[in-house]
Amino acid sequence: MREKQHNILVVGGGNAGLCAAITAQEAGAQVTLLELSDQLDRGGNSKHTRNFRVMHKAPTTTLPGSYTAQEYYDDLVKVTQGNMDHELTKLMVEQSAELLPWLEDKGIIFQPSLAGTLNLSRTNAFFLGGGKALVNAQYLHAENIGVDIYYHAKITELNIEDGKFTQATVIQQGFEYTLRADAIIFASGGFQANPEWLKEVWGAAADNFIIRGTCHNQGIVLKSLLAQDVARVATPEQCHAVAVDARSPKYDGGIVTRIDCISYSIVVNNLGVRFYDEGEDFWPKRYAIWGRLVAQQPDQIAYSIIDSKVTQQFMPPVFPSIKADSIAELAALISVDPTTLQDTVTQFNTSLTAQVPENSCVNNANGNNTAYSSTLPPQYNTDILDQCSTDGITPKKSHWALAINTPPFYAYPLKPGITFTYLGVKVNANAQVMMSNGQVSENMYASGEIMAGNILGQGYCAGTGMAIGAVFGRIAGEHAACQFK
Amino acid sequence: MSVQIINSIDITEQHTTHAAALLEAKRLAEICNACRYCEGFCAVFPAIAQRRSFDEPSLDYLANLCHNCTACYHACQYAPPHEFSINLPKALAELRAESYQKYAWPKPLGILFERNGLMVTLAIALSLMLIMFASILFQEPDNLFAQHQGAGAFYQVISHQVMVTFAATSFVFSALAIVMGFINFWRASKQPLRKLFKPKPLTKAIKAAVTLQYLGGGAGQGCNNHDASYANTRRYFHHAMAWGFMLCFAATVVATIYEYGYGVISPFPVFSVPVILGSIGGIGLIVGPVGLLWLKIIADHRTQAIKQLGMDYAFLLLLLLISITGFLLLGFRSGSAMGILLTIHLGFVFALFVILPYSKFVHASYRLAALIRYYLEHEQAK
Repeated sequence: MREKQHNILVVGGGNAGLCAAITAQEAGAQVTLLELSDQLDRGGNSKHTRNFRVMHKAPTTTLPGSYTAQEYYDDLVKVTQGNMDHELTKLMVEQSAELLPWLEDKGIIFQPSLAGTLNLSRTNAFFLGGGKALVNAQYLHAENIGVDIYYHAKITELNIEDGKFTQATVIQQGFEYTLRADAIIFASGGFQANPEWLKEVWGAAADNFIIRGTCHNQGIVLKSLLAQDVARVATPEQCHAVAVDARSPKYDGGIVTRIDCISYSIVVNNLGVRFYDEGEDFWPKRYAIWGRLVAQQPDQIAYSIIDSKVTQQFMPPVFPSIKADSIAELAALISVDPTTLQDTVTQFNTSLTAQVPENSCVNNANGNNTAYSSTLPPQYNTDILDQCSTDGITPKKSHWALAINTPPFYAYPLKPGITFTYLGVKVNANAQVMMSNGQVSENMYASGEIMAGNILGQGYCAGTGMAIGAVFGRIAGEHAACQFK
Repeated sequence: MSVQIINSIDITEQHTTHAAALLEAKRLAEICNACRYCEGFCAVFPAIAQRRSFDEPSLDYLANLCHNCTACYHACQYAPPHEFSINLPKALAELRAESYQKYAWPKPLGILFERNGLMVTLAIALSLMLIMFASILFQEPDNLFAQHQGAGAFYQVISHQVMVTFAATSFVFSALAIVMGFINFWRASKQPLRKLFKPKPLTKAIKAAVTLQYLGGGAGQGCNNHDASYANTRRYFHHAMAWGFMLCFAATVVATIYEYGYGVISPFPVFSVPVILGSIGGIGLIVGPVGLLWLKIIADHRTQAIKQLGMDYAFLLLLLLISITGFLLLGFRSGSAMGILLTIHLGFVFALFVILPYSKFVHASYRLAALIRYYLEHEQAK
């Protein structure tokens, strides 16, 4: 990797970068792909993913029914509350329909949605084996068609003149190189794995954030671009953040650290007080707000508390539950004031609209009629937005509200888990980077998380990030390769 | 220039004690249960998803459901260098090796699994040959090198009685030991024995076993041999070996029927059912073991259990030697080398039958039991 003229440089070896590299190489360019990690750890956040949200007018091999462009678009408008570039969003939605056959042609295998993801079975195409299997197949294909792949390659400097990329300084395995290219495609992700940058945005609270994905997304390229008059999209505090188990590893905890029992629980902060409606909507529609909610609590920690009635109703978490026979004991284990927690639980239990009928109280082993019951109220139904809610307390729990009264009691500690940040570079419909003076960059392109903010100004809809990466990766690769023909 | 990461393997990392292997498998199963990305690859992951806790019999069951296709290792976001350091194929292979010993019948002989590497197999073969040489020499020393032709030629070298005694004893004992091991393994599932014969699960399990469905990777793409790419190579070689073995077994059965039913005595002509079956099977028993040995050599050793490799190599080599000596015998049976070749060939064959219940062969029996249980549990969960 001496100084030489490469046709196209792709920065970042996740789904977005690989789709761009493959498309450009197949369109006749010589592509060099730089991946910051080593070979075993490659693929950025993509290795933690499992599906693409794709538009389809008719059933595909793995997706039943249809998911129209309008429906997809409406879903995105709803979650982002319109905070998006509408034209780019429509473009992304339209072109997402081409992804499945294109990826299948590259050796990616799709499967019907995984058990427990019924709500996504129509809209999201799951790749067999998850994200690492996806990027493995993409890397294999890229290698086979002649893409030059360099691992351990870190960009330290980008030279841009009048909105045109000229050269990049790269350190690879301890040696510094200067790379020139006709075009460059940035697919290097957000900045969530950069603790200093997070702290600038979130203050000391950022210390308590867990980064769900790769430790390599430090926003080096993003920062350099934004400092060189590239137009920005979204705001730095916007991100995809979920509540994860507080015991998760700092980086790369991925899917297993999620806590899926929130809608069946009450969630309290470390003052022992509830702070949000746990049953506002179906969990898949709400999980992405809980990272932010927990981030706003003291010490950025919260506890999801359930009793033994509901332990089988959610995916088993990876870390063991904190278990106690009484609320007071549980409070002691999680260092929350026992009196306050007991009050919170009592208040919650007495505000329920749906009570278990009197005669269904069970007898305990001594034959005494007990107040505890393992039976559920007849209205309780996790498949619908049921009528089990609270009345007269704030915040309300709108659905699936059951008394927390059947020991043992369980708690899962929660912290904010950041998936990726939305602050990014503005692009046009050719995936070309826009400069802050409105100029279109002649030879700089972007795809993936580094430009996802064009579509996701806020909020999230499962599988959209991967669709954005693949669609704009293909657009960038195609356009970058063809402009020199 | 493409950067290759070279991985060193430290065999001291293998989990040497049973408790450690169990603990590791349990830790991994719990993480897999929270992830479930691998659900589409094979039966192991749906079986994990049906459980919330993993006791020893459940882990033995999962270990024997696993075909070591290693797709889940290559697809795992938590594989090393991740701090969770997940390597399910290796953990289950270690447990599988131990489960063979645990469920063996009679139990004390299970210890043979620990020492059933190549040397033991060869020792058995050689000792059997010695016994037969001794029996021949004791009777008629010149016989061994004399030319024998026509019906009954083989029995002039080794008496019919010796041959039948060896064959019948080793075969009956092996069959009994394998069936008893199968029953021991099934009993650990706490399912009654009669559930084995429920038609639907049994049919599905047999179908999965004979088609090697779970070497297909979930979508027929095959398994990973040495890197992240998929291929059906292992499945094909295994088919060659397994069907080759069956054909050779069928040849033996037909030959027995000929001899006892019709009084047609071996050696049989080249164009006879036993020789044709045996020859086709023999080709399978060369192609299959050679291919599988090759795949073992190039395999990604991170996903293999050192503990199991000894028995794998021993069994494949034994099958290969049986087939090679069988063809040599067929080719030179009219010459004076026949006596030696016959003795060597039968030595390997009898050795195979003697060590069968304590060899890699038992994977077929335990896999089938695990598959029946899988489809049974699947049906029960509905």
